[in-house]
Amino acid sequence: MSDHEYTPKSKLGKWFNDRLPLLTLSNHLQEYPTPKNLNYWWTFGGILTFCLITQIVTGLILAMHYVASADLAFGSVEHIMRDVNYGWLMRYVHANGASMFFLAVYIHIFRSLYYGSYKSPREVIWIIGMIIYFLMMATAFMGYVLPWGQMSFWGATVITNLFSAIPFVGESVTNWLWGGYAVDNPTLTRFYSLHYLFPFLIFGLVILHIWALHVPGNNNPIGIDLKKPSKDTVPFHPYIVIKDLFALLIFLIVFAFFVFYSPNILGHADNYIEANPLVTPAHIVPEWYLLPFYAILRSIPDKLFGVIAMFAAIFVLVILPWLDTSKVRSAIFRPLYKQFYWFLVADVLILGYVGAMPAEGLYLLVARVATAYYFLHFLVILPILGAKEKTLDVPLSLTEPILGGSPKEAMIKKNKEI
Amino acid sequence: MKNFFKPFLILMIFLSYSFSSTAAEQSQKLLEPGWSFKGFFGKFDRAQLQRGYQVYTEVCAACHSMKYLSYRNLSQPGGPEFSEQQVKIIASQFEVTDGPNSDGEMFTRPGRLSDKFVGPYPNEQAATAANGGAYPPDMSVLVKARKGGADYIYSVLMGYEDPPSGIILDDGVYYNKYMPGNKIKMSQPLMSGSVEYIDGTVSSEEQMSKDVVAFLAWAAEPHLEARHKIGFRAIIYLLIITVLVYFSMKKLWSRIETKV
Repeated sequence: MSDHEYTPKSKLGKWFNDRLPLLTLSNHLQEYPTPKNLNYWWTFGGILTFCLITQIVTGLILAMHYVASADLAFGSVEHIMRDVNYGWLMRYVHANGASMFFLAVYIHIFRSLYYGSYKSPREVIWIIGMIIYFLMMATAFMGYVLPWGQMSFWGATVITNLFSAIPFVGESVTNWLWGGYAVDNPTLTRFYSLHYLFPFLIFGLVILHIWALHVPGNNNPIGIDLKKPSKDTVPFHPYIVIKDLFALLIFLIVFAFFVFYSPNILGHADNYIEANPLVTPAHIVPEWYLLPFYAILRSIPDKLFGVIAMFAAIFVLVILPWLDTSKVRSAIFRPLYKQFYWFLVADVLILGYVGAMPAEGLYLLVARVATAYYFLHFLVILPILGAKEKTLDVPLSLTEPILGGSPKEAMIKKNKEI
Repeated sequence: MKNFFKPFLILMIFLSYSFSSTAAEQSQKLLEPGWSFKGFFGKFDRAQLQRGYQVYTEVCAACHSMKYLSYRNLSQPGGPEFSEQQVKIIASQFEVTDGPNSDGEMFTRPGRLSDKFVGPYPNEQAATAANGGAYPPDMSVLVKARKGGADYIYSVLMGYEDPPSGIILDDGVYYNKYMPGNKIKMSQPLMSGSVEYIDGTVSSEEQMSKDVVAFLAWAAEPHLEARHKIGFRAIIYLLIITVLVYFSMKKLWSRIETKV
């Protein structure tokens, strides 16, 4: 990938590197030419890597003390909170870490949408990212079941019941998932097993995600192909490393406020009541990061079509690179797309809001309109925009004169120097 | 810095959004007596926790268990901080079923520091049967298990009223302003003078409610003080290192023409 062949300086290094080129890899990661105009929206990739590692490390420690059993799970979580040294810290970091992870991943995804990072030649990066996102939702959902509180139990019941909508085999599939005829101990133990497995699948996919990224290199706010390495790029280390670190620290401050000063605000009070199959909570609400999909699910009156719509909402994202036919990547040069982008952001936020509210009256109506608009955006608006939109002129490089983009004084000055 | 603030601002809007979507509306505004354990430097008031324990053990514990707490917790830092000697005496007043011994028999013995709080009933069914079909919930994490937390429990304790005209209550059901649905199966537990405080504090209804709720808040979150203390240090540390990294970043990037 790098343009020049790397040879380690020391003899031992060369000997080793000829047999396993780890040093070449390390050199590649340091030298990796990165567009110098990346803004702070690009720092969330690094933040997400940090989130994943945090979840794995805290999860590992929690797993040493947690007991996956319908009778003991709730008590073992309280044991972690009370008796395990810094167990409360581990659990609050893990629980809030999941929310932080999703916050970062949503920013990461919406950055990609704004700057067209999913377009050729980066479709594979995008699809791997979507698989990661899907696995994250599955992992988070199963993790929320583990404390075996009321929301754990009833959330698991509602979500696993969705599979019963599948024609003919629905009931068998649901029973197979449960390991019985209702959510019970076998469900808990298999969710625990999978909750432990999935993060490592995600980890593997993250490596592929980064690998696929390093083939074409980063997109950038202007969305043009850059010559690499050139005056338009900087080596990843130290320039991007320190910038990512700075953004990560800001993120950590927000994270710390949640963990130390309102650790339960993103959770649901009912989950501190031990699971009871005989008592249904007044409102069964998933965690905030799943709410938009929950709203889509509930907006369709038919169960099967609701489930299909919910999965379709994720699937349209997977095929997005072929739905958005515009050759121009960045929204900066797409005046119409830019507007529709913000409509979409608002639409998803509205879906999240109504997802938390009871599915009745005005909320249901709003949820239906917002669901329709969500699909309209991807399936109708984007293909039409690709054909009809009059885009602005795109510059040829970051240092070249700007044809119609945003001429900035500093760049003109630099041009004169050349 | 300008290109940094925009993401940060949007992040903040997003966070406040996720707050508002999780915090659903409350029908009756809860009483907010003000708690010493709220806020950045929030700490428990030892004397209040000790009084709260007295209210719990003399009144609440007649029906409510607290199965996740051990007697030793009462002497741990950040809690009521009774002396170990006092807690040993407290524990020994309870009878704990232990065993089986070498003859295969269960036996009772006085409680020890390591024992969990002894509950009033042998099991949930017995508790339900003895309370007219309503199980008195375990109080270990009660404050975290109710929306509104400490304010809510305090409000319910203070919210007993005569039912408004037109509402007819069954036997063993009471009217409470703050309970969802306004009906509660627990009779008013605290009336002024229910408890005679060891430290001589006047046991008004407000006083006892406040004390016992503070105790319950500690029981639900026994490491709250440590959390606040560590959190404050962590955030100060993060702020300092963020500033240092910011200037390092500026220095490094000053070699690069970034204005594009």
